[in-house]
Amino acid sequence: MRGSHVIGEAATRAGCRFYAGYPITPQNELPEYLSKRFAELEDATFIQAESELAAINMVMGASMAGVRAMTSSSSPGISLKQEGISYMAGTELPAVVVNVMRGGPGLGNIAPSQQDYFQATRGGGHGGYRTIVLAPHSGQELVTLTMKAFDLADRYRLPVVLLGDGLMGQMMEPVTFPDPIDPATLPRKDWVLGGAKGRGGHLLASLLLDPSKMEQHNWKLARKYAAIRERETEHESYLLDDAVLAVVAFGTAARIAKGAVNRVRKAGLKAGLFRPVTLWPFPERQLRALTPRLKHILVFEMNLGQMVEDVKLSIGEQATVHFYGRPGGIVSTPHEIAEAITKLCYRYDLG
Amino acid sequence: MAKQVFKRPKSLKENVFHYCPGCGHSIIHRLVAEVIDELGIRERTVGVPPAGCAVLAYNYLDVDMGEAPHGRAVAVATGIKRARPDLVVFTYQGDGDIAAIGTAETVHAANRGERLTVIFVNNGVYGMTGGQMAPTTILGQTTTTTPGGRIALRDGYPLDLSQMLAVAAGSVYIERTSVTSPKNIMKTKKAIKKAFQVQMDDLGFALVEVLSPCPTNWKLSPVDACKWVDEEVVKSYPLKVIKDTTQSDG
Repeated sequence: MRGSHVIGEAATRAGCRFYAGYPITPQNELPEYLSKRFAELEDATFIQAESELAAINMVMGASMAGVRAMTSSSSPGISLKQEGISYMAGTELPAVVVNVMRGGPGLGNIAPSQQDYFQATRGGGHGGYRTIVLAPHSGQELVTLTMKAFDLADRYRLPVVLLGDGLMGQMMEPVTFPDPIDPATLPRKDWVLGGAKGRGGHLLASLLLDPSKMEQHNWKLARKYAAIRERETEHESYLLDDAVLAVVAFGTAARIAKGAVNRVRKAGLKAGLFRPVTLWPFPERQLRALTPRLKHILVFEMNLGQMVEDVKLSIGEQATVHFYGRPGGIVSTPHEIAEAITKLCYRYDLG
Repeated sequence: MAKQVFKRPKSLKENVFHYCPGCGHSIIHRLVAEVIDELGIRERTVGVPPAGCAVLAYNYLDVDMGEAPHGRAVAVATGIKRARPDLVVFTYQGDGDIAAIGTAETVHAANRGERLTVIFVNNGVYGMTGGQMAPTTILGQTTTTTPGGRIALRDGYPLDLSQMLAVAAGSVYIERTSVTSPKNIMKTKKAIKKAFQVQMDDLGFALVEVLSPCPTNWKLSPVDACKWVDEEVVKSYPLKVIKDTTQSDG
């Protein structure tokens, strides 16, 4: 099943009943799938909106009404959605935002890229907020992480970003789906706008004119983000137990890096892979735990070095961090990464 | 025994309005609250306030309210209404909000025939930010960004959004009213009630444009501001039913 369709089916099974989006390559197969899938359901809404701005704001409305809601786009469209994402972060509204990244900046191209790492993991819009960022690297993980994204969004009342790229969206892999969740069985949200029956009006807003209330709200958000950092990091360790060099990569790059690790292992070089699944919160402690035993870390990204900053922040001076990456939608081959690993091993005499 | 003939609507909170003397917002808020009471829909109504002077509308209207980014009220309202069609959803927007930054959202919501009620308050300026030119500012009108008056060649023409929306196939009822006299206020209330009824009858998109005085930014007394609406503003924005297909078959 195609990656984009997998996301659509997983979202449906997670109880998502509202989607609004605007066409942009390379993610069109996702709204196309959902337009058909949601037509089969009585309680689901699919809207092709007039713009990315309208789409994210429709999702905000659906979220206010208590429905599990999603939008998707690719890099330039995600920039437009940042307005709504910031408002939802401020108003504490859950939603899932899929970014199928492409080469940039500007209109860029439609090739697979990881150039939006900074945008995704630093909030992306104005106001110093955070979103949880999940980076799937396989078809099956598109299932689990899409479904998990809705749970996390509801649990913490914030937008969750599913960060993939064109390769992930087009890749065909066999997957298995869990049974669909009936939205009626999901935990009740007592904060939604559903009509003030026997009570005063509810208000969902991000406007706090009084600076002391704004500060209080920001501290509240900060405590929430601290709790997420504490509880929700996720990563995969691949052949790290005996490794002398760790490659750190996420998403499609991690998939390529696995191939490279397998390749150099055959040649007798002990390399392994550390793959962050949550990009925010970044699995800092888990990565740091590899050091100081591991002296060398190679970060590989499909950009010119963004996650590498989080890697350096995580490990400090405990190991030397190297970087290999290519921007612009160029997809490196496992051979290329294997070569980069091999060079490091010989240069630093890593047996 | 004295009989109380005028009281606060249930849907209006007891807070004192923060609006300037002579501003139309407090009147229009009250009308919306009265209509919600009379239709008996307070417990299933959701409002979406704008960015602008009425951003704090939720301090006054005692219904569920969800704040939208500047210009995006109808998009947010669309999300609420589509997710919960049993709710009655209205937006309350100023002219800068709806006719400049939110034009695209509004045109397309009307064109899709979203079951929404839009209260569009037109006072011809950006009130909250200090009286800059709005898309609806009439030619010759002085604002802080048209110090010598609005000139078409430089500033463009006043935008008649309601007329534009009437062209959209999905809009069902559009009327322009004002709040400059008791008679006009009664007409406005009637229009607002109809705009809610259109939604409750599942007919399509309904909008009431209310010409409203802004004495502070117009630098006029409240009385002169009303006079200015009656004598000048209506030349560009005549009071009338712009579209009403509620009686038609299709």
